[in-house]
Amino acid sequence: MRLIVPLQGVVQGRGGLILGSLIPGALFYFLQFYWKRHRSLNPSSDPPSPSTSSSNLADLPRTSSRSNLSSRGSFGPGRVSSRGGLLAKADDSTYYIGLNKVREDPYHRTNNPNGIIQLGLSQNTLCLDLIEKWFLENLTDSIMGSDDGDLSISGIAAYKPFDGMTEMKVAMASFMSRVIGKAVSFDPSQILLTAGATPAIEILSFCLADHGNAFLVPTPYYPGFDRDIRSRTGVELIPVHCRSTDNFVFSITALDQAFNQARKRGLKVRAILICNPANPVGNILPRETLYDVLDFAREKNIHIICDEIYGGSIFGSEEFVSMAEILESEEVDKDRVHIIYGLSKDLSLPGFRAGVIYSYNDSVLAAAKKLTRFSSMSTLTQRLLISMLSDTRFTQEYFEINKRRVKEIYDSFVAGLEQLGIRCSESNAGLYCWADMSALIPTYSEKGELELWDKLLNIAKINVTPGSACHCIEPGWFRCCFATLSQEDIPVVIERIQKVAETCKSPS
Amino acid sequence: MAIEIEQPSSVELSKVAVSETHGENSPYFAGWKAYDEDPYHESNNPSGVIQMGLAENQVSFDLLEEYSEQHSEAFTWGKGAPGFRENALFQDYHGLQSFREAMASFMEQIRGGRAKFDPDRVVLTAGATAANELLTFILADPGDALLVPTPYYPGFDRDLRWRTGVKIVPIHCDSSNNFQITPQALEAAYKEAEAMNTKVRGVLITNPSNPLGATIQRSVLEEILDFVTRKNIHLVSDEIYSGSAFSSSEFISIAEILESRKYKNSERIHIVYSLSKDLGLPGFRVGTIYSYNDKVVTTARRMSSFTLISSQTQHLLASMLSNKKFTENYIKTNRERLRKRYEMIIKGLKNAGIECLKGNAGLFCWMNLSPLLEEQTREGELVLWDSMLHEVKLNISPGSSCHCSEPGWFRVCFANMSEQTLEIALKRIHDFMQQRERQRKPISSQ
Repeated sequence: MRLIVPLQGVVQGRGGLILGSLIPGALFYFLQFYWKRHRSLNPSSDPPSPSTSSSNLADLPRTSSRSNLSSRGSFGPGRVSSRGGLLAKADDSTYYIGLNKVREDPYHRTNNPNGIIQLGLSQNTLCLDLIEKWFLENLTDSIMGSDDGDLSISGIAAYKPFDGMTEMKVAMASFMSRVIGKAVSFDPSQILLTAGATPAIEILSFCLADHGNAFLVPTPYYPGFDRDIRSRTGVELIPVHCRSTDNFVFSITALDQAFNQARKRGLKVRAILICNPANPVGNILPRETLYDVLDFAREKNIHIICDEIYGGSIFGSEEFVSMAEILESEEVDKDRVHIIYGLSKDLSLPGFRAGVIYSYNDSVLAAAKKLTRFSSMSTLTQRLLISMLSDTRFTQEYFEINKRRVKEIYDSFVAGLEQLGIRCSESNAGLYCWADMSALIPTYSEKGELELWDKLLNIAKINVTPGSACHCIEPGWFRCCFATLSQEDIPVVIERIQKVAETCKSPS
Repeated sequence: MAIEIEQPSSVELSKVAVSETHGENSPYFAGWKAYDEDPYHESNNPSGVIQMGLAENQVSFDLLEEYSEQHSEAFTWGKGAPGFRENALFQDYHGLQSFREAMASFMEQIRGGRAKFDPDRVVLTAGATAANELLTFILADPGDALLVPTPYYPGFDRDLRWRTGVKIVPIHCDSSNNFQITPQALEAAYKEAEAMNTKVRGVLITNPSNPLGATIQRSVLEEILDFVTRKNIHLVSDEIYSGSAFSSSEFISIAEILESRKYKNSERIHIVYSLSKDLGLPGFRVGTIYSYNDKVVTTARRMSSFTLISSQTQHLLASMLSNKKFTENYIKTNRERLRKRYEMIIKGLKNAGIECLKGNAGLFCWMNLSPLLEEQTREGELVLWDSMLHEVKLNISPGSSCHCSEPGWFRVCFANMSEQTLEIALKRIHDFMQQRERQRKPISSQ
């Protein structure tokens, strides 16, 4: 429609020459991307090409129009649903683009020294040797179960409760008590197990909010939430902006403002989602803040989702206090609190898919339990983990050593960045640091930040996550995951950043 | 210490959370509760309820145990566990290449090599339950509909509708032609959806059928394929029982039909599979979507992040399923044993005066108890079901929970118990039928 009128103008000679070349040019440009994206719509004997997402800066603004092109058009086999389309769109975030680029060209010290170094995936490989050792020493029992000592897969092959075997819940409850509870113990009957924390948070979202409702989420936040929470539930995430002057800890005033603004827009807020320890900043929320959030939620009569997945990844001296501990002293209103946990970060086992919904609300537990059938933990893995998590000597040793190793790398990495004049915000937990590179960005804006991100990815060949992907209101911040690095890798990373930093500082 | 008074929860839950669409308050699931409260046990509780409502395959379990004893290295990562670290970190939604290859090859073996499967079209999910829901999310928007032939697996009401907001419009089938799907029934269902102003996005069939326990004939598959092509909609073929057909040649996969048509119009076809029935490993949570549509493959892969298979499980099964000697023997033996079980139950039911639909696949038979109904209605069926559950102490699934249009049909599972238990169940049915016969004879005739 909008294209037709200018073309008429072309025909009638009004500003025709310019529009006449612009429109077909733009059309051609869009079509190019459309074709490139949907090259293999028709099945062939060749397998579909792996998703090589374009990671050039130039492609970013085009994404929304690309998805529109694909969703318009004939209904039928060429079309996927709106929810499928949302998912595709979410994957166009710089967060995922960066991850994909590393997959295509991953750095390896000897085999691929010019590859892209991954600092965009929050993972911990520093203590995998300890887990491997435990596994080798406990092989038979852990895999085959010591029901009768025989190698047998009986007892785990059959249908088991979708929300996890009782022994697994007991083992997980005890593990959580030791690792994040400290003074408080977790009740196995309040646990639902899922195939990772990703479905845990989605299932919880389905239970707490209707399509079109909203959650308040302090920024900066984990980029995955946009995709994991919004795509299929239709729940909106309302950012509650935090600033560096507060070390990115949210204020109740900000929550209040966001709540009221949402109401004005006709959005019903159903919950506040907080991450403690925080991702990407890595700070631990003070006790006071947790009490404040409880009061706020009570006042507005909304839920609290507390993602404590990094609760065992504390390397600093500050104490981590779980929401469970706060609730122990509170006698009322536990019904609105739900905790998310998992073994992907604290125990470095993301592949095994172990997530937890911990709720104080029986109705939520009853509803969510029925939904776990879509995302259950494998019984084979449950058996292994029951053994591992129950080994208190192992877990104690693991966390002691892990804390030390993570702190060592953190210290080295942050020191390395400081040498380049890049300061990190104060953090005590997580597997990443939150670095202020605003001095290096050409303009103090999201655009400037993305230009730096692109340079770091394609020239320095390191993948870091830009603050804009985390909805940070201040440009120039980047999340750098360091727990997959060894001491030898750090100088390489710093050197590469330095090269780009120098080009940024020199007057253009 | 203050007396604690229970405070009613004042904070609300979502519509999905309070909805009854999960269907767990229906008779299908009520029977399970009765079983849970009083489960049969050979020695500890010989008069308990025998579970005949759970489609689980235990007849070939010894073969799995034998494999695990002889191949303990499949359960590890080899001596010194090389690859353990990589595996522990592996959360790529593409799935382990080796596992996808093994799965594709296993699916080919089940179809006697009559269809080829490309590992790059295999999308992994934590079970077929997740696969069916995922496909529904991808192929339809809330308010749209899928056409599903009746009688169908009760779980579909929950799996296809609950979170997705998609509707099911039934394709009515009846005993006049052994519950086969007809072109007229397809058209009627489509028109019914149109009349409700509902957009039909696809047809979902289960082949071999649950609860019928029978494979779909080639001519019917061709008709369904023509229908979905004409209407320009999708076709999902849930082939979860493909390895449970009593003879390999009797099962025809939609993949074979596509191959014979040189894959023309195949971008609308998607196959669901799982290891829960054929391989008796429901606890491991292994399902797949095999799609001939590139966009669906890509989208399903992304969405599978919500339902990934444990990398440890993928690793083990990659080993197991690529062991051709094991899989060949397993598939063959499993088919044979299921056939024997089927014949045993059919014979036993026949002796009791009960007829079943002629079946050739699956872990259950479709039993006709309509002659016993006092009223040929759904209520009459439920009265009989209640007697079966509380008097005869057998949990079987009433046809109404499968949306069967004719009352009196029941699904009876036979593969989730030992032969001895099955004998006992058959005896109970026999006694029950005899008692009924006696009650019907007038006293004066004695």
